[in-house]
Amino acid sequence: MTEQGNGNARAARGVPIESVRPHQFVGQRLRRKEDARLVSGKGRYLADLVVPGMRHAAVLRSPVPHGRIAEFDASEALALPGVDAVFTGRDLIGKVGPFVEGGRLEISPMLMEKVHPEVKPHAMPVLAADDVHFVGQPVAVVVAASRYLAEDALDLVRVDYEELPVVTDPEAALAPGAPVLHGHLGDNVAAHFVIASGDVDAELGSAPHVYRGRFEVGRQASNAMEPRGVLATSDRGTGDLTVWCTNARPHLVRTFLSEMLRMPLDRIRVISPDMGGSFGTGVFSEDFLIPFVARQLGRPVRWVEDRSENLLVTRHGRDQVHLVEVGYDDDGRILALKDRFLVDAGAYNQYAITVSYNAAAHARNQFDIPAVRLEGLNVLTNKAPVAPVRGAGRPEVTFMMDRIVDIVAHETGIDPVDCRRRNLVRPEQMPYHADIPYRDGVDIVYDRADFPAQLAQLCDLVDYGAFRKEQAEARRRGRRLGIGFSSYMEGSGFGPHEGAVVRVDTNGHVTVYTGANAHGQGLATTLAQVCADQLGVTPEDVTVRMGDTSYIPYGVGTFASRSAVTAGTATGVAAGLVREKALAIAAEVLEVSSSDLELEEGTVKVRGTPSRQISLGEVARAAAPGPRSRLPAGMDPVLEAEHYYVPPTVTWSSGTHAAVVEVDEETGFVRVLRYLTVDDCGQMLNPTIVEGQVHGGVALGLGEALTEEVIYDAAGQPLTGTYMDYLLPTTTETPPITVAHQVFPSEVNPFGIKGCGEGGAVGPPAAVANAIVDALRPLDVRISRVPIHPERLLELIEEAKAEAAQDGRPSARS
Amino acid sequence: MKPAPFDYVAARSLDEALAALADAGEGGKVLAGGQSLVPLLALRLARPDVLVDVNQIAGLDRLVVDDHRLVIGALVRHRAVELDERVRRAFPLVSAAAAQIGHVAIRNRGTVGGSVAHADPAAEWPTLLLALDGEVEVASPRGRRVIGAGDLYAGYLTTTLEADEVVCEVRGTLPEGRIGTSFLELARREGDFAIVGVAAVLAREGDVVRHCRLALSGVGSTPVRARGAEELLAGGPADDAAIAAAARTVADEMDPPGDIHGSADYRRKVAEVLVRRALCAARDEIGTVVAQ
Ligand SMILES: Cc1cc2nc3c(=O)[nH]c(=O)nc-3n(C[C@H](O)[C@H](O)[C@H](O)COP(=O)(O)OP(=O)(O)OC[C@H]3O[C@@H](n4cnc5c(N)ncnc54)[C@H](O)[C@@H]3O)c2cc1C
Repeated sequence: MTEQGNGNARAARGVPIESVRPHQFVGQRLRRKEDARLVSGKGRYLADLVVPGMRHAAVLRSPVPHGRIAEFDASEALALPGVDAVFTGRDLIGKVGPFVEGGRLEISPMLMEKVHPEVKPHAMPVLAADDVHFVGQPVAVVVAASRYLAEDALDLVRVDYEELPVVTDPEAALAPGAPVLHGHLGDNVAAHFVIASGDVDAELGSAPHVYRGRFEVGRQASNAMEPRGVLATSDRGTGDLTVWCTNARPHLVRTFLSEMLRMPLDRIRVISPDMGGSFGTGVFSEDFLIPFVARQLGRPVRWVEDRSENLLVTRHGRDQVHLVEVGYDDDGRILALKDRFLVDAGAYNQYAITVSYNAAAHARNQFDIPAVRLEGLNVLTNKAPVAPVRGAGRPEVTFMMDRIVDIVAHETGIDPVDCRRRNLVRPEQMPYHADIPYRDGVDIVYDRADFPAQLAQLCDLVDYGAFRKEQAEARRRGRRLGIGFSSYMEGSGFGPHEGAVVRVDTNGHVTVYTGANAHGQGLATTLAQVCADQLGVTPEDVTVRMGDTSYIPYGVGTFASRSAVTAGTATGVAAGLVREKALAIAAEVLEVSSSDLELEEGTVKVRGTPSRQISLGEVARAAAPGPRSRLPAGMDPVLEAEHYYVPPTVTWSSGTHAAVVEVDEETGFVRVLRYLTVDDCGQMLNPTIVEGQVHGGVALGLGEALTEEVIYDAAGQPLTGTYMDYLLPTTTETPPITVAHQVFPSEVNPFGIKGCGEGGAVGPPAAVANAIVDALRPLDVRISRVPIHPERLLELIEEAKAEAAQDGRPSARS
Repeated sequence: MKPAPFDYVAARSLDEALAALADAGEGGKVLAGGQSLVPLLALRLARPDVLVDVNQIAGLDRLVVDDHRLVIGALVRHRAVELDERVRRAFPLVSAAAAQIGHVAIRNRGTVGGSVAHADPAAEWPTLLLALDGEVEVASPRGRRVIGAGDLYAGYLTTTLEADEVVCEVRGTLPEGRIGTSFLELARREGDFAIVGVAAVLAREGDVVRHCRLALSGVGSTPVRARGAEELLAGGPADDAAIAAAARTVADEMDPPGDIHGSADYRRKVAEVLVRRALCAARDEIGTVVAQ
């Protein structure tokens, strides 16, 4: 089902352009501009960058999860030929500031005011000087002539640790007497908040049935194809710093560098070269350590993270426990949701309440639940810090909520799809006021969408009726097939802003500069599409440049499903401003009124007199400063415009997923046979790119559902240090994915765009879990944790069988 | 993830390799396909002084397939075995097992000799070697010797090979007559090392099991032959009850390790399931393999 984009008719909502031009290239399945280069191996990734005189760094990491560093001794390492320097945590004291409370910057003042979250500051040092709090925490860095030598030297740096008691479980970390990670905090609670809508306790009190349960989502690592890396050079004469780093937020890295190294922003240039993925926001020790070291040594230094380091420390996510109480009635209507949840933040809670609040804000999902109360705690443990990872709180609560819907369906004897439908927010309730603020502090109002239609479309796509027959048939032959659903909301296009500069050169070629920074999302293509439509050129005429702080003064970056919305809108508006400027200049040149002009395919024409035209290049030449300028009086030279889009709030994308699985009842093994999605991300800029995002997201989500988990033993040692133990789904585990869309353009921005970067990853845990439960009916297998390990599933199956045998009936629960 | 320093010798003949290994003493290591050794080097879990690359040695890559006898040169790649039609016809369990080793890129490089020598208890080749009642021929400066499969494995990643010995050939047999075989494994993802793997060989005369071989991977520090179950089946019928009893015996007699992919208890449970399925598959195959 599609509602037309109708961009031309819509007013240029809240942006300084007179009108929004209709979509022409936007919405088309253009081939990605970046592919020819990237697919043929001509990308330039961090490890491809070489600077004359460059040295190589390797980072020494704590092997103990909690300890006090008694002594450093680097003398043997320093004696190794080819080793330039070793810096320990103690060498950095007073020279490099600790991480600023990055996360605190991310809490919107409006949210602070409305929710009053408690966030306890605790800075993470770039290198640990005294205490270490997790295995993998950086404690020293070696710089040498090659990475091989640097690693040889790592073996020789001696660090003596006095080991301290360890806590790896968030519930244990809250218990009295638990080892406290950061003494000055008093306990291990790093952040805490409560939000509520309606009177939950009253609803629970009067609800005909109350379900109490616990849901867990294991720790997942993000595994970008390219691990991180940093290369820094410090100009010998000026001391100016140039830093290349695999980071989706070059401007943020620059801000931190400026504070931590106490340098003016303008003397630091941060560049993100081509990046093989990211999976979220975040800054890391090495982003600051390597520039510091390069400055100290006066020579370029490069560090490239290896896969072991990546698995150990880089952007772990999820790791949540939800304790819920749910009130519902005999019709399967959910009346109240009370959720107290713990985010295992690891050893440093670097992102304040980003993940936990995200979880809370998305918990209600597509469902019209009259009363909710959500209490989130970020708890410190001796594990690597947790970061916002693609989905960032949404997969966790969606797993919880969609399992609840299925449980309620089962308890009430209602078909799971029907039960889901009964609880959905209905079209006539839209715009739906959720009565809780979003992470930006603005009260949540769901964007236009039709959830029942979304579910119906998916049921058609999967052919629900036919599947039930196939399932019954398969069961007769001893095969257990199941289907499971999940629906989700995706607040997307988070602010606070993103900017774009659109400039036309004197040959008529257009360049877009933006602070967003793609690493697989295809922004070089989609922003060119937006620009082309609003300016009146073709996407081939447009080059998109990003990932460099010298391009544009402010930038936020690419994460949180935000760039299509924010950079897309900024680009469209800036392009529109350029068009208006071009028309004004052309009017001057052609001596007509600008209202008689139109700009198409790079040429300004007088309407009705096609012979009178002027190319965009000529307009740009007329806009150049100097005696040949034909600028209207008072107009600034250069055919360019800059626009920072400040979204009033997020857009609300949504989606519904279905998984079809087969379960081996005797081994607990699960195979996902089919996966189907219907999403609504508003006006799609390029459906092929949207579908690529969905595919990648679904693969990540399937990993989360079934195989991927960062596991620590009780002593705090990680057990999943290689890809033999950390199991990413590969092409052989990823089933065919069918992607379909609903299109309800966003009301929030003038181009109707909603984000789509994370949704794919949000649905699979719940859809797969529900499918497994469905496959095993009439047994009542109660999956409450992902990933679903075959051994655990086998246990659950055995438990359910034992219970059924005891009850004397297959699925007896009241 | 960079190896510690080592010397490298690209041996052009077996004698050169043997000499280089003899020189290196305990510090030498053979490099074949590198699919197990190189990751260990990169993680610095292995720190040999000298790597002796045997890839250029001629004559270590023959693949001979008779009706009941299989001879595989140490340098034959997994992929070559997997794709060999003769192997598929006469040793279908070997084809099936080879196809489950890692992924194509790994199978193109990894060698049978390397896998047999690496002695991973969860790997396919050592288990096959047991199921084929196999043996390896090894060379050293002291000459050649043959080691039976049962005497090759000493523990986790440990063989009875001396540091200066090179595996030259791997050989195995299947019994004559009406036989059925199968190879099944349970791995979290396609291409992963098995949680449990089972190679089963059944030879039947009339309705009676004349001979049975059962080898398992992933259930001990070495691959194991399930002798108890083999004996239980031999001389009796291969009906469902007998197979189930044999599978239970396998589970009862094993002492598997546990790790994050499966506890000892889980391995025991699924080993029973897999043994049962493998035996049933082998039984059902009898008659489809034409053997003279
Ligand atoms: C991602 C991945 C997945 C894998 N999955 C599987 C799997 O599912 N199942 C499986 O069985 N294997 C798997 N492997 C390992 C692969 O099969 C290896 O090829 C095999 O285990 C070793 O063979 P190689 O030729 O690569 O030996 P190498 O790595 O070169 O050597 C391995 C060891 O054997 C010794 N060695 C090698 N050749 C000889 C010889 N001729 N004489 C004496 N010693 C010798 C070496 O010194 C070394 O100790 C996987 C590997 C990877 C990287």
